Amino acid sequence: MKSMISTDRLSKTFGSFTAVDAITFDVQEGEIFGFLGANGAGKTTALKMLTGLLTPSSGQATVAGFDVRKKPDQVKQRIGYMSQKFSLYEDLTIRDNIRLFGGIYGLSNRDIREKTEALLEKLELEGEAGKLVGSLPLGWKQKLAFSVALLHEPGIVFLDEPTSGVDPLIRRQFWELIYEAAANGVTLMVTTHYMDEAEYCDRVSIMVDGKIEALDTPRAMKKAFDAEDMDEVFRKLARGA
Amino acid sequence: MNRFAAFIKKEFRHILRDRRTVLILFGMPVVQVLLFGFVLSNEIKNAAIAVLDPSNDAESIALTNKLVSSGYFRLEKTLNTTAELEPAFRTGHIKMAVVFPPDFAASQDDNTREAPATVQLIGDASDPNTATTLINYANAVIADYQLEKAGAAPGVPVVRAETRMRYNPEQKAVFNFVPGVMTLILMLVSAMMTSITIAREKELGTMEVLLVSPLKPIHIILGKTTPYLVLTLINAAVIVMLGLLVFGMPMRGSILLLAGECVLYMFVALSLGIFISTRAKDQMGAMFMSALGLLMPTMLLSGFIFPRESMPQVLQAIGVIIPATWFNPVIKGIMIKGVGLDVLWKETLIMVAMALFFLALSMRNFKDRL
Repeated sequence: MKSMISTDRLSKTFGSFTAVDAITFDVQEGEIFGFLGANGAGKTTALKMLTGLLTPSSGQATVAGFDVRKKPDQVKQRIGYMSQKFSLYEDLTIRDNIRLFGGIYGLSNRDIREKTEALLEKLELEGEAGKLVGSLPLGWKQKLAFSVALLHEPGIVFLDEPTSGVDPLIRRQFWELIYEAAANGVTLMVTTHYMDEAEYCDRVSIMVDGKIEALDTPRAMKKAFDAEDMDEVFRKLARGA
Repeated sequence: MNRFAAFIKKEFRHILRDRRTVLILFGMPVVQVLLFGFVLSNEIKNAAIAVLDPSNDAESIALTNKLVSSGYFRLEKTLNTTAELEPAFRTGHIKMAVVFPPDFAASQDDNTREAPATVQLIGDASDPNTATTLINYANAVIADYQLEKAGAAPGVPVVRAETRMRYNPEQKAVFNFVPGVMTLILMLVSAMMTSITIAREKELGTMEVLLVSPLKPIHIILGKTTPYLVLTLINAAVIVMLGLLVFGMPMRGSILLLAGECVLYMFVALSLGIFISTRAKDQMGAMFMSALGLLMPTMLLSGFIFPRESMPQVLQAIGVIIPATWFNPVIKGIMIKGVGLDVLWKETLIMVAMALFFLALSMRNFKDRL
């Protein structure tokens, strides 16, 4: 096992405010890593540093083996990203979207064509390729967005609250896609505020006020906090803060 | 390079897929130029006037005929009493009234009298522009009439002013409107459309996805602006062609220089658009900021519709920082006067400085804020 994400006292300050306070953790290849925390706890800022959107104030971070500060371009080519806001173009067709992101990540035309067909077949959208993405139901959009994020075969995919606003049944289906990707060796880092989803992760970290207060498997964490479920763990931690 | 190409292709696809955008892009310039060219014109012909002529002698009839035959006026009504003036104006049937004294011819010949012969001109100033124009026309006709009379009488020194309107002898208003519309449309398409399209990506969250991708910020900016640069150039060409072919505007200077200056102005406008998009939260914000901050001043303060010389100092000062204030004389200079960079270097340099300034500013903002 090699570690795909590795941070050492990674921090980000805005003026006198410390958004991320010296967080240190490792994520292994093929792992599903849950990144939890209340709104404003700093998880979005941490994610932005790992994806190259923000430069760290201090500390180290390597993603897919490259330093985010020194080799951001290498990092960007090797990661996939799907945000809480829906991340495809609603007013372009499904095919156009796939072609665009394939092109942006530097895939050859032949690759794009082959991958497009494979992806459409897998999602059972063969007949809909010419339809505008905006006309799809939300659940399908999310699945499509995730598949497009995997298009350039990144080693790591960052999912920023991918399932917010989606009903529980679709969320389950979505997690099946996540498991499948992990089984294929893709590392996944997921932020979520659904505590039931935290249980699906291999390991979970909980951020409070910019610091990682707990990091373990959901089972170990429940045991350590003497809690029924992750929701209780989360509440106990938040109360302590 | 392929990544960049894929992005530009998507941008074109986006623009061309939306019928409304295409209509705004290509329909508006044509409609605006035609509107300004045909409908809105400063010249007034055949304005309805009334004459109240109690003297009704050879001189008053001669002057009335001269007014009517000038082509500017049409005799709508002959009035008999001053009481009839008010209702004639009130109903809006007449725009101006000419009132002669009871002894018009006699008062002219009598040099001993203290007061000279008078003609009263009454305008309908509920529309001040028209009234002023009509009174000016009438004054000119009367002055002409006076000169003829004086020329007939020996011994009186006469100065006849000969006027020549250079570059636009027929004083066609369209010579002013075509350059004006050009400054407006290029600003609208370059700045407003760019700011909206970038703000849109921010609003919908796709900007984040682009920033996480291997595309560099400079590629994203170039990718968003290049299509509009191309489309705006086409627009500029359409407007110039309309001016030349439909309205008979001259093209006395270098068309290449004009194209170059257009591109320069577009760079200023595009960088303003990027700057706005870094500030605006969403599409609506971007639209309001560019409409109020760019389009209104371009229309009102650049000298396109109202002459800058007649503005209060404060507005004149604001006008100085509006790109169109400098671009407008450049278009007119090249097309109508046929001058080159030897004359227009100052305007050009100012626009270059503006382009560099706003580009630097928006690039800095783009990195910080997105």
